[in-house]
Amino acid sequence: MRTMLTTTALVALASTTGLAQAQQVVNVYNWSDYIAEETLEQFTAETGITVNYDVYDSNDTLEARMLGGSSGFDVVVPTGNYLQRQIAAGIYQPLNRELLPNWSNLDEHLMGLASSFDEGNEHAVVYMWGTTGIGYNTAAVAERLGEDYVVDSWSLVFDPEIASQLADCGIAFLDDHTEILPAALRYLGLDPLSTDEADLEQAVAMLDTIRPSLRYFHSSQYISDLANGEICVAVGWSGDVLQAAARAEEAGTGVEVAYVIPKEGANLWFDMMAIPADAPNPEAAHAFINFMMDAHVAAANTNYVAYPNAVAASNEFIDEEVLNDPTIYPPAETQANFWTLRPHDSRTDRLITRLWTRVRTGQ
Amino acid sequence: MSPDPQSQGAPKPRRYKPLTMLAAGLAGLAGALFVGWLALPPGLQAALFLIIAPAFVYFLISRRMGWSDRWMVIAIPLLWFFVFFLVPFFVLGRISLAETMIARPPYSPLWETDRDGNLEIIASLENYRFILGDALYLNAYLSSIKVAFISTIFALLLGYPIAYYIARSPEPRRSILLLLVILPFWTSFLLRVYAWIGFLRREGVINNVLMWLGVIDEPLVMMQTDFAVYIGIVYTYLPFMILPLYANLVKLDDALLEAASDLGARPSVTFLTVTLPLSMPGIIAGSMLVFIPAIGEYVIPALLGGPDTLMIGRTLWDEFFSARDWPVASAVAIVMLFLVVAPTMWLQSVQNRQEERD
Repeated sequence: MRTMLTTTALVALASTTGLAQAQQVVNVYNWSDYIAEETLEQFTAETGITVNYDVYDSNDTLEARMLGGSSGFDVVVPTGNYLQRQIAAGIYQPLNRELLPNWSNLDEHLMGLASSFDEGNEHAVVYMWGTTGIGYNTAAVAERLGEDYVVDSWSLVFDPEIASQLADCGIAFLDDHTEILPAALRYLGLDPLSTDEADLEQAVAMLDTIRPSLRYFHSSQYISDLANGEICVAVGWSGDVLQAAARAEEAGTGVEVAYVIPKEGANLWFDMMAIPADAPNPEAAHAFINFMMDAHVAAANTNYVAYPNAVAASNEFIDEEVLNDPTIYPPAETQANFWTLRPHDSRTDRLITRLWTRVRTGQ
Repeated sequence: MSPDPQSQGAPKPRRYKPLTMLAAGLAGLAGALFVGWLALPPGLQAALFLIIAPAFVYFLISRRMGWSDRWMVIAIPLLWFFVFFLVPFFVLGRISLAETMIARPPYSPLWETDRDGNLEIIASLENYRFILGDALYLNAYLSSIKVAFISTIFALLLGYPIAYYIARSPEPRRSILLLLVILPFWTSFLLRVYAWIGFLRREGVINNVLMWLGVIDEPLVMMQTDFAVYIGIVYTYLPFMILPLYANLVKLDDALLEAASDLGARPSVTFLTVTLPLSMPGIIAGSMLVFIPAIGEYVIPALLGGPDTLMIGRTLWDEFFSARDWPVASAVAIVMLFLVVAPTMWLQSVQNRQEERD
C-alpha cells in the first residue's frame, strides 16, 4: 500500500514538472510600482508565456542578487550607472536584435544617451527614465513656510532652518547614497560626481545638520506615505512622487502632492532592461522586452507610472496631461542642469557607503 | 516475547520500540527530503549527495557491525548541524577573508596560482580589522543588546502574569487561553508587524482614538521611533515567553502553596519565596527565547524603526545589500555569531546549574 502511494506521488510530481516545462515562463525582477496593472496579463494573453513578477526598491538589492549568481531571473531593470559595472562584471548577455523587432520603435536620441552606460546598446534597452527631485504636500508645506514660499530649490530639505520647520510633518529621503550625496554636493556648489573625500565629508557634515529633522530613509515607502499625509516632504523619483499625487487624488483625502525638479539641478537616470547571462529562459526574456517596446504597451505603462519611456512611437498614445507635464518631460532649459551618475571603483564605494551609514544612523 | 505489562502487578510504563519509531520517522523525513531535493539546483544536489551518501554508508556499516543504536539517534541532529550550520559557517568564514570586487561572485578568490604554478594565498584579516576599528559595529551590537534586554524585561513583565493566569485556570478555559496565545502564529509574522503600522502611524488607530477622546490635539509621532521597535519586538516574541513559563508554572505543586499559606505566609510572600524561585527555569528559558532572536532582529527595526534605530541585524543587511560588501558582511556575521553564542552558552550553563541543584 505504502509503495503504491509513493508511486502515485512520484507520478503526480513528474507530471507537474512536465507541465511546467511545456508552459513557457519568464521571471521578471523590476522596480516596485513600475508597470501598468494590465500589462502582464496582456503579455500572457498575447504570447502564452506566464510571468513570475518580483520587485525591489534598490539597485543595491538587485546587484547583491545578481552578483550572487543563479538568481533565476530572465529580465532585470538596473539603473544605468549600476548596469555599466555589472556589464563589466560579465553578468548580462548581449541582446539578440533579431528577437526584438520592436527595436525600431525606440527613440534614437535617448538610446544614444543611454549608450554611455552600455556601449552600442548591446546589452540593455531603456525601460523608463526620469529625475530625482522633491515631492511635497503643498498644503502642509505652505502652512509651515507661508503661502508665498516657492518650492524650487534643494534648500527645502538641505537648509537646516527650513528642514526643521518641516520636521514635525515628516521628511523622508531615498535610502540611496547615489541619489542624495550628489544632490547635497551640488547644493553646496561642488561637483555632484565628486569622489574627493574632502568634498564628500563636507556634504556629509551638511547632511548631519539636517538629520534630526528627517523621519526616515526608505526608497519606496514614501509613495503611500506622501499620498496619505503620513509625511509631507520626500526626496524621491519623479514618477513615484507623481504616483503618490495620483493616489492622493483618487483617495479624495484632500492631500495634494506636487513634484519639483530643484533649480540647482537633478540626477537624470535611465532604468534599463537587461537579460542575465545565466537567465533560464532567454527567449521568453526577449519576447518580454520586445513586448515592452510595443508603442501601445509602453504608452500604457507611462500613463500609469508617470515616467517617460524611450519608445518614440508611443508618444501619440500618451495622455496629453502626461506628455505636457514639465516635471515628467523636462524642457531643455531644465535639462541643462542635469547630471548623470558614473559607477565608482570599490575603494570609493566603500568610502561612500561608510559615509552614507554615518548619515543614516548618525554613527 | 516480552511479557505483557498488564500481567505484572504494578503498571509499568510501556516500552517503545525505538527502531520501529525511528524507521517510521526516517521514512517520513526521507519523503519530505526527496520532494525538496527535486527543487534544488543541480550543484546543491551534488553537494548534498556528497554529504548524505557517506553518512548513509556509515550508517549501514555501523548496523552490520552492530554498533550502538544511540549513534543513529544523534546522527540526524548531527547531520542537520553539519549541513545547516557548519557548512554555511565555513562558507561565511571563507568569504570574510576575501576582498570585495564587482564580479560574480562579488569577492576575490582566496588563492591564485601564478605563472610558475606557485600557489599564492591572498586571505587577509583586513575585514575583521575594519569592523573592529569602526565604532559603528560595536555600537550596533551594544544597541542591539540594549533593545533585546529591555524587550525581554517587558516581555517577562507582561508574559508572567498571563502565563500564571493560564496555568491557574481550570481545564476547559486553560486550553482556550493557550490556543489564543498560539493563534497569532497562524498569520504571517510580517503581516502582524504591518498591522502595527496601521495602529501607530499618524492617521492610525491609536492617534485617531486619542484625538477623538480629546487626550491629544496633535497626532503623536510613534512610527519610526525606538518605541515602535519595542512594541513590535515585545508583541512578536511574547508567546515565546508565555509558553515556557506556562509549561513551568502548570507543574507547580499546589501542596507547596497550601503549606506556605498554612504556615502563615501571605500570598505575596508565597509568590516571592515559593512560586518565583520554582519558576526560574521557565523564566530563563523564556528570556532566552526572546533575547536571542531579538538581538539579531532585522524585520521589526526595518519596518517600524527610524534612522536612529541601530541594530546589528540591520547593519548586517546594509553591509550585504546596500554596501554589497560580502566580505565585510560575512565578517560582521561571524563576529555577531560569537557574540550571540556567548550569552546563550552562559544562560544555558546557568540553567543547567539550576537544574542540577533541583
